[in-house]
Parts: sequence; C-alpha cells; structure tokens
Amino acid sequence: MEMDTIMLLIFVFIIAAYLGVELISKVPSQLHTPLMSGTNAISGITIVGAIAATALNASGNKVLGIVLGAIAIFFATVNVIGGYFVTDRMLAMFKKKEAPKK
Amino acid sequence: MSDYICIVLYMISCVLFIMGIKKLGKADTARKGNLYSSVGMLIAVISVLISQDVIDGGWLSYLLIVVAIAGGSVVGFIWSKKVEMTGMPQLVALFNGFGGLSSMLVAISQYTADITSDAFSALTLGLTILIGAVAFTGSLIAWGKLAGLKMFKKNISIPGKNFINAGILVIAALGIIFICISPDSGLGLAGVIITTVASLILGVTLVITIGGGDMPVIISFLNALSGLAAAFAGFPIGNTVLIVSGCLVGASGVILTLIMCKAMNKTFASLLFKTTKKKSSAATGEQKEPKSMSVEDAFLILEAAKSVVFVPGYGMAVAQAQHAVKELCDVLEENGCEVNFAIHPVAGRMPGHMNVLLAEANVPYEQLKTADEMNPQMPNTDIAIVIGANDVVNPAAINDESSPIYGMPIVNAYEARTVFVLKRGQGTGFSGIENPLFTMDNTVMIYGDAKQTVSQLVVEFEN
Repeated sequence: MEMDTIMLLIFVFIIAAYLGVELISKVPSQLHTPLMSGTNAISGITIVGAIAATALNASGNKVLGIVLGAIAIFFATVNVIGGYFVTDRMLAMFKKKEAPKK
Repeated sequence: MSDYICIVLYMISCVLFIMGIKKLGKADTARKGNLYSSVGMLIAVISVLISQDVIDGGWLSYLLIVVAIAGGSVVGFIWSKKVEMTGMPQLVALFNGFGGLSSMLVAISQYTADITSDAFSALTLGLTILIGAVAFTGSLIAWGKLAGLKMFKKNISIPGKNFINAGILVIAALGIIFICISPDSGLGLAGVIITTVASLILGVTLVITIGGGDMPVIISFLNALSGLAAAFAGFPIGNTVLIVSGCLVGASGVILTLIMCKAMNKTFASLLFKTTKKKSSAATGEQKEPKSMSVEDAFLILEAAKSVVFVPGYGMAVAQAQHAVKELCDVLEENGCEVNFAIHPVAGRMPGHMNVLLAEANVPYEQLKTADEMNPQMPNTDIAIVIGANDVVNPAAINDESSPIYGMPIVNAYEARTVFVLKRGQGTGFSGIENPLFTMDNTVMIYGDAKQTVSQLVVEFEN
C-alpha cells in the first residue's frame, strides 16, 4: 500500500474516533443499553469487509478463504440484523407518560 | 466507474451512521436514529455488492454471499424476536461476540487472498485478528456468566493472571511481528496461526476472572473492541466505511466503559489487573441485627407515605419483579403519592439495564431518575424501597474509608425517612461487602422473593 493512502486512512480513523467521542459523551444513562446494542449492530459493518474478502478469495480460487469469508458474512449478518431488531424492540418500549395524572 | 458510485454510497452510509448515533442519544429520536443507522448499513452492503471486486468474484461467489446473508438474517431476526427482555444482557454480549468473530475471520480470509504484501497491511491485519478474537471469546465468556451457566457460576481466579495474560499478549504480538516480517512465506502463515490461537485464549483468561457486578464495564469494553476490530479490518482493503463506522463504535464503547468505571469509582486498569480481594471490613465491633417487618405492617407505613423512591438492582431482574413494581407504583400514585425511581448507573449487569426492564413494564421514562437527580431529594422522601440492590446503596462508600467500595457514588437511600429493603435473605451481595444500611435505625428489612413481596403489597392496597 502506498504511503499516501496509509496516511489518508489513518487521518480518517482519527477524525472518526474524535467524532465518536463528541457524539456519545452526552447520552443520558437511561439510553445506555439501546446505545450499546445499537452501536453493536453498527460494528457488524465488518460484513462489508467479509463480502469483499470472500469475493477476492473467489477470484483467486482460494477455497479456505471463501469458506472463512462466508462464515464471517453469516455471523456479521446475525450481528447486524439481530442487533437492529433488538434495539428497535427496546426503544419501542421507552414511552412517555400518556397523560399527566393528578 | 462502479467503484466511484461505491465511494459515493459509502459516504452516504457514513453520514447516516453519524446521524443515527446522534439521534440514538436522545430519548425522543432514538428509535428514528436506529432506523437511520440500519438504512446506512443497507446502503453499505448494497454498494459492496455492486463493487468491481465482488462482481469479479464470479456468480458462484455471489450466490454464496447471498445465501450467507440470507441465513444470517433469518437467524438474527428470529433470535431478536424470541428473546425475553430479561435475557437482553446476554444476547447483546453474544451478538457482540459474533461481530468480533466475523472481523477475525475477515482478517484471516484477507490473508489467504494475498492482499498483505506490505508491512502496514500486515500490521493492521494482525491487530484485527488480535482484537476480533479477544472480543469473540471474551463476549462468549461474558454471555456464559450473564446467562448464569453453571460452569461460570463460581468466581474463578487464576493465580498470577497478570503474568499469564501478559505472556499470552506477548506471544500474540510476536505472531503479528512474524506476519509483518514476511507475510507471504511460511513464517507469515505461522504468525497468523499463533496470533489467532493466542488471542482466542487471551479473551477467555481476561474476562473469566471478572465478577458479575463488574459486567457493565466489561460489556462496554468488549463492545468497543468489536468496533475497533471492524475498523482495523478496513485498513488492509482501504475501505473507509469500515474504518469510520468501526471507529465510531469503538469510541462510543470506550466512553461507556469510562462512564461505568466512574460510577463504580474504579479505574479500568484496576478492574482488569487487580486480583479480587475477599471481605475487608467484616469485623467492625458490635454487630447489630437488622430489623425485619411483615408485609402487612409495611403496607400501613406505605399507605401513609407521600413520596416513595424505588431503588432497583440486579435482584429485581433476577426476581423478574418489574411488572409487579409497576403495579405497586400505580396503586401508590392513585393513593396520592409521588413515585420516582433512582437508578444507579451500574445497577444490574449492563449499562442501563434497569431502565430497559422498567420500560418493558411501561414505567414512563420521566420517572426514571439518575442517582445525581434523586440524591438531593432523598432527605425529603418518606420511603425508599430498595429492591435487590446492595452495593449501590451502601453508605460505607461514603463514610467508611476502609471499605473496598469507599468513594463509589451511591444512591443515598439511607437518607430517606424510612428505608425498606426487599431481600431474599440475610447475607452480603456478590461482592461480599457488609452493608451498614441494613442495620440502620430507619431501615426495615422485608425478607422474601421481591416479586411476591411487591405483589402482596399491591393486594393489600386493593383490599
């Protein structure tokens, strides 16, 4: 990989890390669980890497790589789909008081 | 051409992730935020599916990819619908482990695809294996502990665990160095295998010694790791969407970890590296017997109360008492009483655990207050009802310097005029720390299953 690309990728990494810190630091504690499971679903983004890796292995006829890639796709998808639906289920339960009781 | 379209689509999905996380941080917009981020994910997946690399893989690989996605979707969907709310902590841990496993496998398959010819790719690939594997096995152990599997019931301690963990980490690092020195030779392959095996073991040895009460910290930490693993998996293939979103998750996990640590007045290092001490403040002179009371008598006091604060803890989750608590909360309000919940950040087994359980029981979220919000009002509260909580209401944290939890912020339940403690039996909690609250003059113990006790109180009200 060329040095220019490497530096650019590191640049992106640092900016994203800083952005993440700024975004999360003021989340109320009642939302900690949904936040965790919601971001957990996002970490399933590795599915994109898994798809790319599987295809690259297929181009080179690397059977082991294809198999590992497919397993990675499977688990990443469970992480993504399960994570989003579970988070949604949780968030659907958070309700405001319907009417102020007196 | 199609690769430029991909980059634009990746940009859109990154923006959606960022907007999604931002909205996820506010109660009113959280659900929408989750939707945004899922659309971002969908776009990212579609764009990789139309990228040149994937098209070049041929139709057979395409078919395999689609089948794997379909299989994972079905399993993930069914799982997420079937799980009980009380099973949420372990499910989140398990999904997190899957993410780590996936990143680890991605790195290994990147290796077999021969894209690691330079040292930088090799380094990030090795780090992905290391972090992904630790996130995977660490989360599996956390899942086992949270699900209460028998083999994890006892607190396991490994003698000299710091040396062992450091040793394993050195071996894993050595493997990464091998990969960097010569990716394409037998040495590189050996490096991949060494790193993988060592890191898988490290995840186990790191998490297995951590007790149940420290779980909120460790779950947040593992969450950060799985995000970081995804970010590093993006480096060897120069994929920005992986780096950005993985990094966002990593950062959020780190912040949650620090929040949890602060709430327990522990440093993260002490949690990972210190060997757990048993009991320190046991023998403190005269031991008073805690007073206990029957449910009927408790009802009479409760009926006269004008303000009640519930302080839930892990015991409420174990007894599944949240619905009964909501019923009691309703009858109290009908009785003209002001009801609030004071929720300690580390009550339960994951960050925000109590909030989720009470939300499931339809407690409106305005009533769920933090310890900081409720503590100033505590002296004006008639009754604090502690349900299955222990260390988070332990006044020793404030006034006993010899206590292991000294300095930890607590819910000041002891300041209420009367304190009811619902507890299954005498004895200390998981941490084995004596709780002077139980023997204070304004404290009354109500022994028994929390759910039954609360239901009986509701029945008393209805009569």
